[in-house]
Amino acid sequence: MTPTPHRPHPEVFDIVVIGGGIVGSAIARELSGYDVSVALLEARDDVGDGTSKANTAILHTGFDAKPGTLESRLVARGYHLLSDYAKATGIPVEHTGAVLVAWNQEELDALPGLKEKAEANGYEHCHIVDADEVYQVLPDLGEGVLGGLTVPDESIICTWTTNLALATDARQRGTTILLEHAVTGIDVRDDATTLHTAQGDVRARWVVNAAGLGADTIDRLLGHDRFTVTPRRGELFVFDKLARPKADKIVLPVPSSRGKGVLISPTIYGNVMLGPTAEDLTDRTDTSTSEDGYDFLLSKGARLMPSLLTEEVTASYAGLRAAIDRDDYLIEAAPEQRYLLVGGIRSTGLTAGIAIAEHVAGLLSEAGAGLRSRSNLPAPPRMPNIGEATTRPYQDADLIAADTAYGTIVCFCERVTEGEIRDACHAPVPARSLEGLRRRTRAMNGRCQGFFCGAAVAALRTRHQTNDGCCSQHKDNR
Amino acid sequence: MTHQLPLIEPDVLIIGGGPAGLTAAAEIADRGAGRVLVVDREKQAGGIPRHSDHTGYGLRDLRRVMTGPAYARHLADRAARSGAEIRTSTMVTDWSDQHTVDVTSPEGRYQIRARAIVLATGARERPRTARRIPGDRPHGVYTTGQLQNLVHLHHQPVGKRAVIVGGELVSWSAAMTLREAGCTPALMISKYPKAESYGAFNAAGRTILRVPVATRSRVTQVMGKGRCEAVEIENLDTGKRRTVECDTVVFSGDWIPDHELVRSAGITLDERTLGPLTDTALRTSRPGVFAAGNMLHPVDTADVAALDGKHVAQQVINHLDGRHEPAEGVRLIADAPFRWIAPQILRPGDPAPARDRLLLWTDEFVRFPKVTVRQDGRIVARRTLAWPAAPGRVFRIPSSVLDGISYTGGPVHITTYNSRE
Repeated sequence: MTPTPHRPHPEVFDIVVIGGGIVGSAIARELSGYDVSVALLEARDDVGDGTSKANTAILHTGFDAKPGTLESRLVARGYHLLSDYAKATGIPVEHTGAVLVAWNQEELDALPGLKEKAEANGYEHCHIVDADEVYQVLPDLGEGVLGGLTVPDESIICTWTTNLALATDARQRGTTILLEHAVTGIDVRDDATTLHTAQGDVRARWVVNAAGLGADTIDRLLGHDRFTVTPRRGELFVFDKLARPKADKIVLPVPSSRGKGVLISPTIYGNVMLGPTAEDLTDRTDTSTSEDGYDFLLSKGARLMPSLLTEEVTASYAGLRAAIDRDDYLIEAAPEQRYLLVGGIRSTGLTAGIAIAEHVAGLLSEAGAGLRSRSNLPAPPRMPNIGEATTRPYQDADLIAADTAYGTIVCFCERVTEGEIRDACHAPVPARSLEGLRRRTRAMNGRCQGFFCGAAVAALRTRHQTNDGCCSQHKDNR
Repeated sequence: MTHQLPLIEPDVLIIGGGPAGLTAAAEIADRGAGRVLVVDREKQAGGIPRHSDHTGYGLRDLRRVMTGPAYARHLADRAARSGAEIRTSTMVTDWSDQHTVDVTSPEGRYQIRARAIVLATGARERPRTARRIPGDRPHGVYTTGQLQNLVHLHHQPVGKRAVIVGGELVSWSAAMTLREAGCTPALMISKYPKAESYGAFNAAGRTILRVPVATRSRVTQVMGKGRCEAVEIENLDTGKRRTVECDTVVFSGDWIPDHELVRSAGITLDERTLGPLTDTALRTSRPGVFAAGNMLHPVDTADVAALDGKHVAQQVINHLDGRHEPAEGVRLIADAPFRWIAPQILRPGDPAPARDRLLLWTDEFVRFPKVTVRQDGRIVARRTLAWPAAPGRVFRIPSSVLDGISYTGGPVHITTYNSRE
């Protein structure tokens, strides 16, 4: 691990980004590529611990976006930017492709329109296929498939590593990451804006609001009233790795008058995912799963792929999407307040994040934030591989020969080694909790859910616990 | 990795160093049948008994009683003394061909090819997620295995007030561990109708451990942000629900074989036990690959698993000697109220099963079981047994009930009913 090239902590940051999810981390990374001081404020004790950790982890081509929208443009661009960035940093990606499957006449009739829409979005590779062709690639689908639309470039990606790579990159470029800094109040003055947080005040010239589920609350703190975030709960089942051969491609529903269906997707960790549900809530912290959600998913699963339900469920979880009351991303600058809102970024934000960041940098520049480019940027970080598509440490004879910790498997189900757990605890953006460790290594995420390894992993984390400086930096300066 | 991994070639590879694997290793090595290698992915061999820090181990195999950890050490020492090699922190990750596996260990990544392989990977408890129980995802939710690992091997604290889900033998083991850790087992939740269902251990359990039991109940939700605060339980008969406060939940029992290597090999699975389909010689569907222990019957006590190991040893030696090609056999099928039976294939010329017992799991309590064996519509045997069939523990039937079957007939069905009450 290389030391982080931190510049001295300024009295007033040039830019503060609120929200350490994928979008906020991407923006912090982008902006710290310019000659400005940047702080990334996160309410929780880790980056990527909110909506970004619990999505369907699909790298979207943007084939089904609404043509002409900002979302359509940024997802299409984000697909290429993130694909390249994943190659550079080692974010696990698997180009599985997707098939939209039509189960009734209405859905079948909708396929040509979806193909045209994809083309209007600049995506030319969709093909309409008949039922036989669908069963050829997905023989375990239930009976009654009428046809499908292929989307060969839809891919799966590790959402956790994406968020961590962006945050790590941001930090290496000089961004100060301030965790447990929930913003409770904002004062805009001529010289600087003061953000009141649980850990004290943070001052900045410019503020970027990428607070996801909390974006409307922050927006109101700045005196605006332009949108409302409705937490839309999506529950998901993750099935055992032994089910993986059944789902070699992403199985997408065809949007129809009967509502949005659920998808079946391989995961980058070698499992199969079924979901999500879509349920509007009022509680922005309610990530519990529900009986109704389970029943809904199981009934959908029984139709889509009956044999999947005979496999063990490894995990179930719920994510909250930051749905807003309009059809597009809401990215607007308020130059007089030196403020920029990034709202309404739904699940496509995983794909679009880096493109959103570029767009934000452009808007800030236009608004007079004074972004001067900077030379000598550090190389992007090389992230640990926690995906199944390429060699993992436990499979790497040379790595094990060089460091026996990579030959000591601690989490058997997910095949996580002691070396990876150690590394995650000492990374530039380190694991600070068992949950953080799960997202960095997959430890305890497997079929036994800690039966064998839970105690050992907890002991290792305690042994490797370090002061990561993410909080103390700020406290030292207070 | 494209370059060739180092290869070692023992005569016998035993995957899993629990009671079954270690006993098999000791028996095979004792008889000089060749080089025996046991691999275990844990840091110490011994399997589940390592962290079951209470007495009751060794009764049937060693004819004495000791604690789980002492039993685990005893079995590992015995295997080593017999000349078997035990490699710990060594995990089999894949098959590279029919009789060769890839392993990862601190010593490196390498391959092991053996003339005979014994799969003895045991079973695990279904965690909360696999039981599909919704709600929050707080801390303080364990399986018995994780709980005992935490308490006995890592000396970590648990909560103050626990709910135990499940009424199997292991559920009482969980209760004992909780007591030791200073956590009150406030309630045990079982779907079965009466206390007797839990078997002999229950009487002792109720008097010594004083754990109240909610029968005919299931958990419908786990609640708590951060730390566990409560579970919601439902009475299966009335549908009535109530909330039980607790900071710890232990999901116990509901075992599933650790069958990943069986499935990745393409070895035939028994759809009932979810372990490999085996005959009375404990052969799997792949020649030269045997299986033993609780992967076959999830789960019986450790000593029964160990005696599987003793049984499989002789079959492995026969295989190494090139004796006795397996003949065509007939299937043995358990009918309701039985959920599964092990083993599942009967072949002429094969030995009786381990301990001359068939192992079964019942979903209903049968106090005075009359066991009936049928083949092609003909009653082969009827036998009244002196012990009840109880959910939550293995029901054992003398294999002599099969004496009259025909090896050229159709599948053999076995069932039971209550002969009086």
